[in-house]
Amino acid sequence: MKALKFAFRSFGRELRSGEVVVLLAAVILAVAALTAVGFLTDRIGKAVARQANEVLAADLRLRSQEPIPDSWREMAGDYELRTADMVSFPTVVFAGDESALTSLLAVSNGYPLRGAVRISDALFSEQREADGVPVPGEVWADSALLARLGADVGDRLSVGELELRIGSVVTYRPDQSIGFASLAPTLLMNISDVSASGLIGEGSRVRYALLIAGNEESVTGFNAAIEDELPDSMRLRSAEESSERAYAAADRAKRFLSLTAIISLLLSAVAVAMSARRFAHRRMDTVALMKSLGATQGFVISVAIVQLVMLGVIGVFAGSIVGFAAEEILAWILADIMQGDLPDPGPMPVILASGSAMVLLIGFALPSLIQLRNTPPLRVLRHDAMPPAPSRILVAGLSLAAVAALLYRSVGDPTMLLIVLGGIIVIATALYLVGRGLVALMGRFRSGVGVAWRYGLANVARRGRASAVQVVAFGLGLTVLLLLTLVRTDLLEGWRRTLDENAPNHFLINIQRSETESVTNVFAARGVKPPDFAPLVRARMTLINGVSVKEREYPEADAKWFVNREQNLSWATHLSASNELLEGEWWPPDYDGAPLVSIEEEVAAETGLAIGDRVQFEIAGQLLDAEITSVRRINWDSFMPNFFLVLSPGALDDYPATFIASMRVEDHEKGALVDLVRKHPTISVIDLDSILQQVRGIIEKATMAVQAVFFFTLAAGIAVLFAAVQSTIDERRFESAMLRALGARKRIVFAGIMAEFAALGVAAGVLAAAGASILAAILAVQLFELPYSFNPFLWLVGVAAGLLVVCASGYFAARSAINSAPVDVLRGAPN
Amino acid sequence: MSSHSADGAVLAAHRISKKVSSPEGSLTILSDVSFLIDPGESVAVVGPSGAGKSTLLALLAGLDLPTDGHVVLNGANLGELDEDGRAQVRAESVGFVFQSFHLVPSLNALENVMLPLELAGASDARNTARNIIEQVGLKDRWSHYPAQLSGGEKQRVAIARAFATEPAVLFADEPTGNLDTRTGATIMELMFDLNKISATTLILVTHNHSLANRCDRVLSLDAGLLVSDTKAAA
Repeated sequence: MKALKFAFRSFGRELRSGEVVVLLAAVILAVAALTAVGFLTDRIGKAVARQANEVLAADLRLRSQEPIPDSWREMAGDYELRTADMVSFPTVVFAGDESALTSLLAVSNGYPLRGAVRISDALFSEQREADGVPVPGEVWADSALLARLGADVGDRLSVGELELRIGSVVTYRPDQSIGFASLAPTLLMNISDVSASGLIGEGSRVRYALLIAGNEESVTGFNAAIEDELPDSMRLRSAEESSERAYAAADRAKRFLSLTAIISLLLSAVAVAMSARRFAHRRMDTVALMKSLGATQGFVISVAIVQLVMLGVIGVFAGSIVGFAAEEILAWILADIMQGDLPDPGPMPVILASGSAMVLLIGFALPSLIQLRNTPPLRVLRHDAMPPAPSRILVAGLSLAAVAALLYRSVGDPTMLLIVLGGIIVIATALYLVGRGLVALMGRFRSGVGVAWRYGLANVARRGRASAVQVVAFGLGLTVLLLLTLVRTDLLEGWRRTLDENAPNHFLINIQRSETESVTNVFAARGVKPPDFAPLVRARMTLINGVSVKEREYPEADAKWFVNREQNLSWATHLSASNELLEGEWWPPDYDGAPLVSIEEEVAAETGLAIGDRVQFEIAGQLLDAEITSVRRINWDSFMPNFFLVLSPGALDDYPATFIASMRVEDHEKGALVDLVRKHPTISVIDLDSILQQVRGIIEKATMAVQAVFFFTLAAGIAVLFAAVQSTIDERRFESAMLRALGARKRIVFAGIMAEFAALGVAAGVLAAAGASILAAILAVQLFELPYSFNPFLWLVGVAAGLLVVCASGYFAARSAINSAPVDVLRGAPN
Repeated sequence: MSSHSADGAVLAAHRISKKVSSPEGSLTILSDVSFLIDPGESVAVVGPSGAGKSTLLALLAGLDLPTDGHVVLNGANLGELDEDGRAQVRAESVGFVFQSFHLVPSLNALENVMLPLELAGASDARNTARNIIEQVGLKDRWSHYPAQLSGGEKQRVAIARAFATEPAVLFADEPTGNLDTRTGATIMELMFDLNKISATTLILVTHNHSLANRCDRVLSLDAGLLVSDTKAAA
């Protein structure tokens, strides 16, 4: 009780006295940064995921060969999920005398549940977002279909027994990338017209789908509930399975955001730790006095803890307000990213950030404060009487535990956690060792320099351990700042490069061998660079190592679906640029032996297929045996034609093949595509521009978010540097007073201090550049799967930044030390 | 040395020594010092710099422990107590006045005086503190913080704080060392007056011989040895 009263009474005054301000600022910054970052990662993560979900036009898609029973719709309704129906089948439609095979897509109101259909009023003209679905009596056709039929908007089309008006040209459907297999052009119509068309009857190849979407919780709940009840005839797809590309991008976006969140957290932790040390140090005199007046250890520690908690509460409160304000401002700036019905952030980020800040305070500040209880009361008579340093194991253990716990909660990605945490520990140790080496080295140089430098370097050397600790603090702060700069530039650039402006934006499908030359000529005639062709052979897998694929056991249920479906086989002499060989060996370019096959890594994992296994395919009634000799990873970002199964050259020569191609067609070259579909009506052109835009959109948004978060991290980093300088300020104040009392001019003393900071800054800058390069390389390769390119500029920036930032922080902090009256300082500034 | 533990002494030093280790080996700061001090006595500890005056003060008040020997303060053998036990003894029996005042900067004058009262568990700390603040002549300045007080005023607060708990023993370490001569003299008058009124035992460490001579008894230290123990001329 006494302790509580005392703690309360003295706290207000201590707040005003400025001793606590640095610590409080660190806590406020930590809470603000974590709140804002938490908010951003959460909301933007959701926005990105939702955009990726567009590829399914829903969150979940239930497919069947039979009409989907109402019970599923009702069940989705129970989970408060929205649904829409889809029926698709191939059919031939007529416009006057012209006819064409089309993939008819009948949809109910509400389609698409995610994303939007885009339409235009004429072929290759300006497009806009469609408002709803075609009304009954109307159809929307894609450009390929119109080109084949020679029809245009406003014409009438015979669909089964119905005459329907062409209302618009469909230029984009969110789910158009699903089912590349549907080679025929699309015709979109209202589901209520289906039965009147009379097209669905015995033997028609109809597919039914139920689209489902809603809030995350309901979707997950629904998904879990139906998983086991799903009959064999139905298949459930989530967006994640449906778009490797969009999800690869969304996944990376999340990693970028978690990384910045980790860095903000680490910087906040370091800032709190350093200012807590100083806070504890400054309290030693008061503690010694109280003990000389008869205060017990229990009293001293109670006061310290009560005040720490009060500090935490104030910090959390103020930090939450700042963080909340920042989050509102950021939300406003990023308004177009946050479009739609994203849930409000709610109190969760604030609660989590506040909890985190408290954990940081306890982990980093408590050990120093607990040690205060051992302050010898003798200190009232002899100022050099100090408490023993807090147990390093206690400090390291508590703080590491605090950081690891927080990181794990906010990241939930053990690999990233280990890389970053391990990296920080290794760098800190290396910094410390190298720092000590540099410090020792500097001591040797001092005989050859002027008085200011001699004083500065002597200081660095004399403070051996303390200087090394400062180099570590500066170095760590700089490392994360440099790393963040790298994340912003190198990594983001690397990512963007994978999706460069020249990425293919059109797929051409169903090209016959005899047509390849003519296709090349069509483009050449328009001055467009013709595409490269990749062969494609349709096959079914029959046996694996002599056992029927239907009887074999697989590690994952999805494998059954994979082995039973129709496979797209290809062959190649060289490994595609967008592929990476993981295991085994690629065949020589001139290989002409027995058929070999290379398999994609995820398919290999799902099916349990490995190098050495023999697979038998049935192709147009003939059988083909091939041995698996390599496993590949595919970069889905590349937008190149890629295949799960690629065979050796010659293996497929005897089988009917078609070709596919991907190519870049600029807007002004679109005419070539019209020529192509008119000349080769059986070739399908798939416009990837909108998918590309989708992926690029995700990247752009993630980049913006990372940059917004960067400002907080930057602030936290500067706080660390400032706290590092502040922690030595008492000593400096005394020394500068002493030197001035000895007759040194202010300028000399100041130059000496700056020389010391410059030396420390350069040392820290060199070490930070090394640390950041290594960490960035590991992150790029291990985590983001991007190539890392060495950046020499970083070293220049690192050293310059070390020099500049440390000197600047030092300047502001040391100014007050220089300006104190020597007499006050030397007298111990009696109270 | 049991003969020295005569009943009636408020403070007893029994053959106390203090050695510290230094890079040059063990260093003896205080060597085999013994004396008894009666209640109400005023004792000056004098000697040149480095004679061990402050060390003796620290040992007598239980701020530090002797390497050999033991100190009995108001009936408690300090060597047998742990740090909290010694703090308890100080809370009940000891007051301090320091050369550099040592006020808690975050507390105002009144609160600084209340601090030892509250630590000792006094029931009416505020009123007691108010009374004594008036006695040292700071009636109108009780709400000021240390930073707003002059050196003399700070030392008055420190004296008020020291006497607030009516300690059995008051330790004063060069109480005028940071004050000008006139203020110092006033402060000493105040201290001696309060000492008489409250019948407190006063242990005064000082360089000032005229100040020392105003005490009942003078202990002279030199190079860690007690070289003389004289009663002042009446």
